[in-house]
Amino acid sequence: MLKRTLATLVILAVVVIGAFAVYAWHGELAPMAASERPDFDAATVEQGRVLAAAGYCATCHTAQGGEPYAGNYPVVSDFGTIYASNITPDPDTGIGDWSPEAFRRAMHEGVDRQGRHLFPAFPYDHFTKLSNQDVDALYAYLMSEVEPVKQETRASTLPFPLNQRFLQAGWKLLFVDVGRYQPDPDKSDAWNRGAYLAEGISHCGACHTPRNALGAEKGGERYAGATIDRWVAPALTADNPSGVPWSAAAFTTYLKLGADRYHGVAAGPMGPVVHGGVAELSDDDLTALGVYLADVTGATDGEAPADNAALTASIAAGKPRRDWRREQGERLYASACAACHYNATPEGVTVTRPDLGINSATRLDDPANLIHVMLDGVPASEGSHGVVMPAFRSALNDDQIAAIAAYLRATRTDLPPWPDLPARVSELRAHVGTH
Amino acid sequence: MIECTINGETVRLDADPDMPLLWALRDLAGLTGTKFGCGIGLCGACTVHVGGRATRSCITPLKDVAGADITTIEGLDADGAHPLQQAWRDLQVPQCGYCQSGQIMQAAALLKDMPNPSDEDIDAVMTGNLCRCMTYPRIRGAIRDAAAAMKEASAHG
Repeated sequence: MLKRTLATLVILAVVVIGAFAVYAWHGELAPMAASERPDFDAATVEQGRVLAAAGYCATCHTAQGGEPYAGNYPVVSDFGTIYASNITPDPDTGIGDWSPEAFRRAMHEGVDRQGRHLFPAFPYDHFTKLSNQDVDALYAYLMSEVEPVKQETRASTLPFPLNQRFLQAGWKLLFVDVGRYQPDPDKSDAWNRGAYLAEGISHCGACHTPRNALGAEKGGERYAGATIDRWVAPALTADNPSGVPWSAAAFTTYLKLGADRYHGVAAGPMGPVVHGGVAELSDDDLTALGVYLADVTGATDGEAPADNAALTASIAAGKPRRDWRREQGERLYASACAACHYNATPEGVTVTRPDLGINSATRLDDPANLIHVMLDGVPASEGSHGVVMPAFRSALNDDQIAAIAAYLRATRTDLPPWPDLPARVSELRAHVGTH
Repeated sequence: MIECTINGETVRLDADPDMPLLWALRDLAGLTGTKFGCGIGLCGACTVHVGGRATRSCITPLKDVAGADITTIEGLDADGAHPLQQAWRDLQVPQCGYCQSGQIMQAAALLKDMPNPSDEDIDAVMTGNLCRCMTYPRIRGAIRDAAAAMKEASAHG
């Protein structure tokens, strides 16, 4: 009995391993010399250029300060650092000897020309949705517009056994749905075009969908938001934190200009996604992306900014406080008087830091004393000996001095306001006294 | 002839009694650390101490300070090492620096009256000292630091 069970297990194991080996094994595709490559028409090359931009290929395939597409950009993962491949048409270190079929296999299945599994840092789980025609256009662009650069791609720092490429087949078996994009017949053409771009070439989910312990996007949490290089890629679902909900038009504007009126700017890892990235797409494609993204975030168009509670609350909170130096007297007092007359506590009042609310000059029925002192100050020989109050006669006009007096009277006492203050200041200013 | 004390020295100034103190300090006494800003006592750049009180020298006539004891930024500390001056350096407060002698003189007077000023106190007292470079957060920080340093010094003194 035990023997039979063991035998069955062994047979099963052999079958499973064998099946995996068959699944995992990919043969080498024949090299194709540059001279054997098909001719590319200009429109196809241009289509490839736009798609390469919309997929930010250069962002990950160019090292800092390096030649475009020559690879060695470090993709840092929890498992180790993987260096992006050289995808210039150099035949020895790049993809110069790849045929269109080899390029398609890499894009659609994550297997290179030699038959080796590519690490999923390369988002073929998205590119598998691209049409053959679009993949061929990318091929045409890379082969005809990109300068060949001889530069070996550095080995990854992945530890054993993660660095065993055949094991990547297991990851693929678990997490990748190989196959082209299938339009949703219940959705509009624009929605389907947007979905094709977002899920395919632009691989939005690569940053905006959280990943599981094995580094694969979590199928059940698509666009739920994730962190990338210590930046937050916000949720593109109903959980999106934006104060003003996104609309299709807002997404389109954001992806075209890198900013939208009621949303933030495309910064950090999102910067190259927009600039030199999806911004290269046609307006129709950007509109389609907007339609699709608005739908996945559950956006509802048509809310007027004035009706948005978060926006109106933020605007209201940012207003200067209405009671904050709203009038001239208070403003002038703050800059001309408070340095010497402000007191923090009743105990803090000193003879040389007089509190004006309790000073008789402020409390008399006649404002003359207060006005005199403001106009001409107090010399060292008067008041507290050796201390002066400067003279504001030539600094402040009648209205300004009157405003300070009125402010003190109104805020520091419960006494009735002084009448005709400016005229009173004018009169006292003109008076040539003997004191 | 007006006699007063400037930075500890008795001086006799032969000048128009209505000459602003600032003019006398800069042009007659040669103490140019004090700056002319607005000329109407509303920016604080000309602040000096008269009888230990922060005073706008641009609108203080010379005749008013007869017999008074005047301190300018040059006389605040013999070594330029008043706790505020140290904090100013530590926090790299100034940008253009034009307002700083006035700011420091006003702040020094503030700390005499309020050794532990709250931010509200600092704002209220320092509002009359403008900084065109908008270094207000650092000015406030330096005043807080200087207050702490002076407290520390007095605790160990």
